[in-house]
Amino acid sequence: MTMKELLKELCLIDGVSGDETAVREAITEKIKNVCDEYYTDKLGSLICFKKGRKTPAHKLMICAHMDEVGFIVTAIHSDGTLAFDTVGGVDASVVIGRQVRVGKKRINGVVGSTAVHNLSKEQREKAPKIKELYIDIGAYSKEEAEKHVSYGDCVYFASEFVQLGERRVRSKAIDDRAGCAMMIRLMHEELEYDTYFVFNVQEEIGLRGSRVSATALAPDFAIVLEATTAADIDGAEGGKRVCSLGGGPVVSFMDRSTVYDKELYRLAFDIAAQEGIPCQTKTMIAGGNDAGAIHISGTGVRTIAVSVPCRYLHSPSSVIQTSDLDDSYTLVKKLAQRICEL
Amino acid sequence: MDIKDTVFRLSEAYGASGSESPAAQLALEMLREYCPDAQIAGGNIIGSFGTEDSSLPLLLIDAHIDQIGMIVNYITDDGFIKFSALGGLDRRLLPAQPVIVHGKRDICGVICSVPPHLTSGAAEVLQFDETAIDTGMTKEELSEIVQLGDTITFDVKCRELVGSRVAGGAFDDRCGIASILYALELLKDKELKYRVKVVFSSQEELGERGAKIAAARICPDVALAVDVSFAYALGEDELKCGKLGKGPMIGIAPSLSRDISNGLIETAKAEDIPCQTEVMNGSTGTNADQYSVGGTGAKACTVSIPLRNMHTPAEVIDLIDVELTGRLIAAFIGRGE
Repeated sequence: MTMKELLKELCLIDGVSGDETAVREAITEKIKNVCDEYYTDKLGSLICFKKGRKTPAHKLMICAHMDEVGFIVTAIHSDGTLAFDTVGGVDASVVIGRQVRVGKKRINGVVGSTAVHNLSKEQREKAPKIKELYIDIGAYSKEEAEKHVSYGDCVYFASEFVQLGERRVRSKAIDDRAGCAMMIRLMHEELEYDTYFVFNVQEEIGLRGSRVSATALAPDFAIVLEATTAADIDGAEGGKRVCSLGGGPVVSFMDRSTVYDKELYRLAFDIAAQEGIPCQTKTMIAGGNDAGAIHISGTGVRTIAVSVPCRYLHSPSSVIQTSDLDDSYTLVKKLAQRICEL
Repeated sequence: MDIKDTVFRLSEAYGASGSESPAAQLALEMLREYCPDAQIAGGNIIGSFGTEDSSLPLLLIDAHIDQIGMIVNYITDDGFIKFSALGGLDRRLLPAQPVIVHGKRDICGVICSVPPHLTSGAAEVLQFDETAIDTGMTKEELSEIVQLGDTITFDVKCRELVGSRVAGGAFDDRCGIASILYALELLKDKELKYRVKVVFSSQEELGERGAKIAAARICPDVALAVDVSFAYALGEDELKCGKLGKGPMIGIAPSLSRDISNGLIETAKAEDIPCQTEVMNGSTGTNADQYSVGGTGAKACTVSIPLRNMHTPAEVIDLIDVELTGRLIAAFIGRGE
């Protein structure tokens, strides 16, 4: 299975924060025969240990998060439509007028949108707000809707995994199934050093799973595998492009939740240069990831994040370049080894 | 005829205004089963149904084949496609919208969006020239496939909701075409009160242009425009909307023939077909506006299928309304005004 095929399989699984079971089960199937120990913690994170040829002087944890952004049903209106809220950060402009799937039975639905014909000039220029939106599953009454949907049901983007040109793919949930895919692949390799691998829950609602799993494992070093915002789109100039597709793995010096370990930051770029792969940093202090919880867990963890640049993050149509995923993988594999030798 | 299958197949075929094939080819193929002489003339699909008896009045029944979309204006050095609207597009819902660019072959893309991590507060609604389509290709790669003037449509599949309601992207007006085909199915071998011309017209979304030339070509006595209209949903004005599942909306307006409106309402009553009325105060914004004043004029009326979320990739209809619309049209043609 190629990295792209693995990514596709993972992205098409639905797993909104707090509801990661299906993702965890799929990952468990893939790793149970290639690691020495694994267990699910009380929040639902999957914690794995794989022995290498040697036991390093310090303990290394590599992690990614299993959850994706989505929605939760908060009420059922009398006309049978559903009130909902976001789970994680989702802009209403990528939600309005979309097809979604609702609840365990994956009932088809759409997010309603007043016909453009009936909007005033002012309304047409006003960005929608989540609280003004509703989901329509085709039910004509509250009673009928209740046969299919319950309060608290998760709602997922109905989106497909599509190839864009020769080099890129479009899908939901690339954040962070890309990280999960890299970890699964890494666990299938013969490792030089003993390594802990953690598939975290609840990253998108405030770095919650990683806080618990990092405290339990208390590693000395952590590598967080992620997908991060690339804004190298038409009209974006200079630093506002943040990072670029095709520019290789993204290693940040700082984001909204972490100032990264400087030695590890330099080490990552040194390795990239030695390996002849592209590597870039972010040109805006934006976003955040599980590193924010991990680096200040316990008595502190020396932490670095390696991210795949991703356009249209937190939308049903995220786009990455598969070479960036491959290059990130190459970097992480080498970086893990070098960290153990520090 | 399976109504759902017909609606889904027609709605998943592409045909933005001015570039209506392949949706037109599919509709033509379907129409030929009932109108062997059907052909494409001046962009419109036109077929004759039933009797040729010239003593009978000529009835034109129309639904439009085109759908809203976008058109390629320019390709940037970085390979982004700049585009304009074909028809009334809601710019609020463009960000991160999946699309298909219809070049020498169809290619997938996505409309650019700026993620919430990088915006402070509410994002503004962008003008068309402030956004672009990302196909993952370079300008050089695109130049082999895409030309300026190629069209773009939403990348959307039809899906079943609960009950008889369905969601999709181009029900406006492919469900109207399906309802006409269903009416023809019901009328096969029946005695008719009219000579019938069926028109699946082009470029309605750009201002009823196909209907204008069809009116001049056919000069009907009676014209029925079968289109979609607004179904009530949260955020809409309940008084100005029909209701999903309650049957076709029969138009009543100063620009429409009151004889035909009344004839349709009486037919619905006589045949026990649920229906609703849609009262408008001038013209109708449908092809009926062209047929009523085209050539030497015609007695025109609208028959509309209620639809939610018009012009979005999340249009919702009730298949019951498509069936009821087909039944009403068939009953009217069999019965006369």
